[in-house]
Amino acid sequence: MSNIVVDKSKVPWWVSNVIVPLVNLTLALLVSGLFIFIAGENPIKAVKLIIYGSFGYIQGFAYTLYYTTNFIFTGLAFAVAFHCRLFNIGGEGQAYLGGLGVFLVAINLSFLPVPIVWLLAIFGAFLFGAAWAYIPAYLQSKRGSHVVITTIMFNFIASSLMIFLLVDVIRDTNQMAPHTVKLPKEIWLPSFEAFSGIFGIKIRYSPLNLTFLLAIASLFFVWFLVWKTKWGYEMRAVGHNTQAAIYAGISPHKNIIIAMCISGGLAGLLGVNEILGVNHKIQAGFPAGYGFTGIAVALMGRNHPIGILPAAFLFGILYQGGSEVTFEMPNITRYMFVAVQGLIILFSGALENLFRPQIESFFVRRLSKEVNV
Amino acid sequence: MVSPILELTNINKSFGHVQANKNINLKINKGTIHGIIGENGAGKSTLMSIVFGLYQANSGSIKINGQDIKLKSPRDSIINGIGMVHQHFMLVENFTVLENIILGFEGETFFGEKFEKAKKDLKKLCETYNFNLDLDATISDLSIGFRQRVEILKSLYRGAEILILDEPTGVLTPQEVDELFKILRSLKDEGKTIVLITHKLIEIMDLTSEVSVMRQGEIVGHTKTLDTNKEKLAEMMVGRSVLLRVNKQEIKKGEVIFKVKNLSVKDDLDVTRVKDVNLEICSGEILGIAGVTGNGQTELLEALSGIRKVESGNIELFGEKISDQDNFLNPRMLKGKGLAHVPEDRQRMGLISDFKAHENLIFGYHDQEPFSKSSILNNKEITKYSNKVMQEYDVRPNTPNLITSNFSGGNQQKIILSRELNENPKVLLVGQPTRGVDIGAIEFIHQRLIDMRDKGAAILLASVELDEILSLSDRIIVMFDGKIVGEKVNKNVTDRELGLLMAGVA
Repeated sequence: MSNIVVDKSKVPWWVSNVIVPLVNLTLALLVSGLFIFIAGENPIKAVKLIIYGSFGYIQGFAYTLYYTTNFIFTGLAFAVAFHCRLFNIGGEGQAYLGGLGVFLVAINLSFLPVPIVWLLAIFGAFLFGAAWAYIPAYLQSKRGSHVVITTIMFNFIASSLMIFLLVDVIRDTNQMAPHTVKLPKEIWLPSFEAFSGIFGIKIRYSPLNLTFLLAIASLFFVWFLVWKTKWGYEMRAVGHNTQAAIYAGISPHKNIIIAMCISGGLAGLLGVNEILGVNHKIQAGFPAGYGFTGIAVALMGRNHPIGILPAAFLFGILYQGGSEVTFEMPNITRYMFVAVQGLIILFSGALENLFRPQIESFFVRRLSKEVNV
Repeated sequence: MVSPILELTNINKSFGHVQANKNINLKINKGTIHGIIGENGAGKSTLMSIVFGLYQANSGSIKINGQDIKLKSPRDSIINGIGMVHQHFMLVENFTVLENIILGFEGETFFGEKFEKAKKDLKKLCETYNFNLDLDATISDLSIGFRQRVEILKSLYRGAEILILDEPTGVLTPQEVDELFKILRSLKDEGKTIVLITHKLIEIMDLTSEVSVMRQGEIVGHTKTLDTNKEKLAEMMVGRSVLLRVNKQEIKKGEVIFKVKNLSVKDDLDVTRVKDVNLEICSGEILGIAGVTGNGQTELLEALSGIRKVESGNIELFGEKISDQDNFLNPRMLKGKGLAHVPEDRQRMGLISDFKAHENLIFGYHDQEPFSKSSILNNKEITKYSNKVMQEYDVRPNTPNLITSNFSGGNQQKIILSRELNENPKVLLVGQPTRGVDIGAIEFIHQRLIDMRDKGAAILLASVELDEILSLSDRIIVMFDGKIVGEKVNKNVTDRELGLLMAGVA
């Protein structure tokens, strides 16, 4: 075991916030490379394919950004709750319900002017996601039921509830599959190729759409909320030291509920991207694991919007580049990339502090030497 | 010339870049009581942890009876005859005294012959040193003073020749302290060597024959206790001369502004901790609450400050009922009415150690102007304010952006104090204002409290440091088992009298 004690006040911010995550990421990728090698493929070629697949051509890049959009939402969702020291593992279920919110608003209010439908649909997504997070939040704050347990259970409940709705209540009755009718075309969010069409550039289809800008706006929203408002201040106070919060007259109950609802709402916004932007209908299982991957995104991004953006982008690259690899390399299956994700979570989440003391003390020594010279 | 039983040469120890011990040279003579005194964070405990094998020094050597030894773990130290009684006892609460003492040294799988022998040996030890301990009593039934004896007995049984005691009197009543000192003296008479770590000057003067003073990781002086006095020692500890007495004007008592009637309070485990307490505080008065830790002071302060629900009875502020069993105003509402609270546990309650200093300086006042306007924090105003008060209260380093846990205990306490005193409260509840605070800061904090009193505030001061209660209070009440067992006007009261009340004897 390491016994290195580092004077935290002397560690430069970029060492703990940039160098350490990069080292962890590199390690994860090295081990992943080893896996690919064992599977009988050339890791270097795989890396080339990932880079080509996610950056090499404009359509691929658009896909990368589309995935990034989803990861920003779910990553921010986890981060907001985490600042109140709540582990919201329920992003998946909250996103699912968020999709329902988008759909119900959009289909029932489609007679309104289009931008208003969009705004209301976004609001609906947030509201439904928040409502789904409210129940575990209430149980945590009033009954002490741990939010990790309840949110996991609520993912399953959400899944069952949605299957029930998609089969028996809101299914498009002209066919057998568990999905709804399509939304009217006028209220679809403009896609990337529609945008570039305005400038006379023709691109093939990609799922990237206007929601990307909503994701960027959400990054600002979360930064402002957590660090610049009294609500964020109180949430962090409750998260760091509940006793002290009570002493200062800050209600832990209220703040647990606020943090979880905002968290759930952000996860719900994933529904805007998937329903209003891409699929235009609810399909069974559309959150497809984005909610869980968001946890890794938030951990890698150290729960700060500035970190979540590159982390979400990285996972976007892995998703898009990864599908390129599985296409080109028969020995690499889709599950291989689930393993790669797992390694990233392992190294940047669970083993986050594995090399932190060594790296930090190395830089502290290095820097103090420079000062002394 | 007596030969040293323990000799430390050039001991260095650093944690990262913090050097906790610098070139320590120390000789401790056999059969003496040697005091090591210094402020919190001076490196006393680190040094003794090295001797006990809990930490390894970066460099330097340790000799016992003239022989070089390496101490890699507490087990090495125990084998070499070193025993340590920690500040926080290391006892299994639901085991008996005997079971605790032989724990780890049972010597056999099934208790039998050796167990009986251990019992006999221990009985003999108890008699030799007048321990007055029942070996079959369960630890949880014993008072703090007796638990400490168990720790001492444990070390002796394991063959300790050198006994290190880390702040042994922090949790004891004056009478228990007397008993402890008696035991330590008889140990010395039997030829044992005792190292006493403390920050209390009076204990050094009472008990030791030699004393070493530590400051900022270094030993700044060795002396025979007979050749020094309290003032000199304090000066060595702090590095400048300090005022040990508080300058206080005659009391100018005003009207009663804070009243507590028949108050009972339960703790989280539903045990009644405060029983039918009545008290009144006038403006311009400091009311001290003396008592051993855990006799209801904590719960009383929490109830008075709106953190804990009242079980029965009520609390009045300026004649207005602020709390009874049905309703209570929360701490923020009470702040608005001019009641401020310096909580006794600053780490657990008074501060958020992961927050930056400026965030803690506005804690609880963060939603008031100018710190926030329509719920948005105004960083410019907060920083401006922080710079100002940190200068006023001499918080070091004067860096509002530094994370609070990087400040020393005294400076953290100043952060809380500046926050709570800034609004000029009419009623101030203060718990353990100087616990874990260095002497320099104690002087400062005491002066601030006196200033508040002279400005007409009603102050309730709970402290386990009798000296503090005696030097600050105008009136003293003593709490024992949740009840007020005595009240004295602070004139010619001695710590002996209070001590008897604190122990529930008088």
